[in-house]
Amino acid sequence: MATREVAIGSSVGLHARPASIFVQAATATGLPVTIAKQGGNPVDARSILGVMALGAKNGEVVTLSAEGDGADAALDGLVALLERDLDAE
Amino acid sequence: MTELHSTLSGIGVSAGVAVGPLVIVSPPPTAPANEPPTTDAAAASTQVRDTLKAVADGLLAKAANADAHAKPILEAGAMMAGDPGLAGAIDTQLQTGKGITNAVAAAVDEYCAMFESLGGYMAERVTDLKDVRDRTVARLLGQPEPGVPSLTTPSVLAAVDLAPAETATLSVETCLGIITSAGGPTSHTAILAAQLGIPAIVQAEGILDVPFGTSVALDGGVGEIIVDPSEAEQQLLLDRKARREKALAAGSGKGTTKDGHPIALLANIGTAADAHKAAAQDVEGVGLFRSEFLFLDRDSAPTVDEQTATYTEVLQAFGDRKVVVRTLDAGADKPLAFADLGHEENPALGRRGIRLGVVRPDLLDDQLQALANAYEATGGDLWVMAPMIATRQEASWFAEKVRSKGLPKVGVMIEVPAAALRSFDVLSEVDFASLGTNDLGQYTMAADRMQGALSTLLDPWQPALLDIIFYACDGGAKTGHPVGVCGEAGGDPLLALVLAGLGVSSLSMAPSKVRAVRTALALHDLHQCQQMAAAARASVGPKEAREVVLSMADPVMVDLL
Repeated sequence: MATREVAIGSSVGLHARPASIFVQAATATGLPVTIAKQGGNPVDARSILGVMALGAKNGEVVTLSAEGDGADAALDGLVALLERDLDAE
Repeated sequence: MTELHSTLSGIGVSAGVAVGPLVIVSPPPTAPANEPPTTDAAAASTQVRDTLKAVADGLLAKAANADAHAKPILEAGAMMAGDPGLAGAIDTQLQTGKGITNAVAAAVDEYCAMFESLGGYMAERVTDLKDVRDRTVARLLGQPEPGVPSLTTPSVLAAVDLAPAETATLSVETCLGIITSAGGPTSHTAILAAQLGIPAIVQAEGILDVPFGTSVALDGGVGEIIVDPSEAEQQLLLDRKARREKALAAGSGKGTTKDGHPIALLANIGTAADAHKAAAQDVEGVGLFRSEFLFLDRDSAPTVDEQTATYTEVLQAFGDRKVVVRTLDAGADKPLAFADLGHEENPALGRRGIRLGVVRPDLLDDQLQALANAYEATGGDLWVMAPMIATRQEASWFAEKVRSKGLPKVGVMIEVPAAALRSFDVLSEVDFASLGTNDLGQYTMAADRMQGALSTLLDPWQPALLDIIFYACDGGAKTGHPVGVCGEAGGDPLLALVLAGLGVSSLSMAPSKVRAVRTALALHDLHQCQQMAAAARASVGPKEAREVVLSMADPVMVDLL
């Protein structure tokens, strides 16, 4: 199981457009990726409803987890995405 | 069933005449209570997933043809329909033995409850989720998806009411007219139709009983609908339309009465995109720039720089024409994630408008700083006003803030009867006032403007509202400070005459309404307007007030309404 921690870079937090960009990227990995807030239950990172309901705000640290071939590379890609201010782009 | 050749009536909210086949927007289906329980959860799960996929594909297909505003709304819906989490939640419901459509409804309702409890942006997504639910349930029941069908031939649309997502895809080319059985003159549908210049009638009882495809004629000025009109009836309406176009084509430029008394004709705008559209029209400036769009749908307040850029863009679009900006008007009815003061029992009477500004002066200070920056950058004719002022003290507090930033003109919205009754006091502190007739009406009559059933009380022709406007203008005259109107009332050509007669010096409205108001003013001199105002105030009710004014007006006015 590969895991990564990352602080949300998007200024509006992880919802609206940034959430949908993230979910599309997580789905594209083809792996069962999960995302969790610190101390919270992991939710399916491919679920827009789950990710939006997470309500991760700007600067909040989330944990990404995935299993399977290429999990490390996939998570590195998602971390790089979450670090950016997706709303401003 | 409504009979053919019959006449229906409602409230005309967007002037103009249209004839076309009726397309009824299907109401959303409900999951049937007597649905058989699910016995084969695996098969039902496959069926649900196939249906969700079809819904998502349908929304994506619509998105491909939609404009920049509608596209993200439709794409977000498609993403929700394709959400594996939603499919999983429905599976869980199916395993308890719930019927298939009830399982869908139960799973979506769980998400809705979760989103509603999160509030703000998330709570607004509930509308999108429910739309996905309704489409899915309809397909599972073998019914057409609810909502506005894509119109292939020009048609007249009828619905109970239209949601913002439904109106987002409407186009002037295919939507000839809009008729709703509910809604009110200030409902979303009414405002949108007026903006697009589509003839529209609300509160038209019986329209949904007319068979799909029946030819209907509507007159959005007087609120009359003819079901299956004869050729002669159609011709009468079309002749009227032609006369109207002819009368409207006559005027251009600044608004004045026949004897040259100026009444500035201004545009109401909500976004920078609106500003560019309105600036291209024959208007004298902006009478109301609602700044809320900068603040809604986000977690943190917009920065000073971000706001400066938008205000600069709007001022530049209008050059040396005047632009009146209303500072943030939010509250419990328009909640902001970063300025949530908690639940209120009566949001319309709660901490909204300037009352929020007093609790959160940081938001107001940033906004005024951005306006000052934009003013400095452009040298435009910038006027700044506060919403929901009730007292002289509030006006004074706001005026000091605005002037300390070096802004040239400070004013107040008059929406609260207290401010209208004591307008001399309030206007002694500021340079101008603008009457928000929608809210002023709701507060004068103690009638919720979202409550369609109270539309008679909310009629802007209510003599009590005209009295209140008279008092507000009286304070303006005594202080020498201008009082304008920026509510829907200003866009009614007949009522515009009354407002001019009451002493209003500018009228701000949806840009599509300016031509008719300009023409109306040019047909009457100020003395006639004053006589009409006196007659309207002396009437026993709104209907009588309108009738007496129409009887005093130039005969061409009938064609302008």
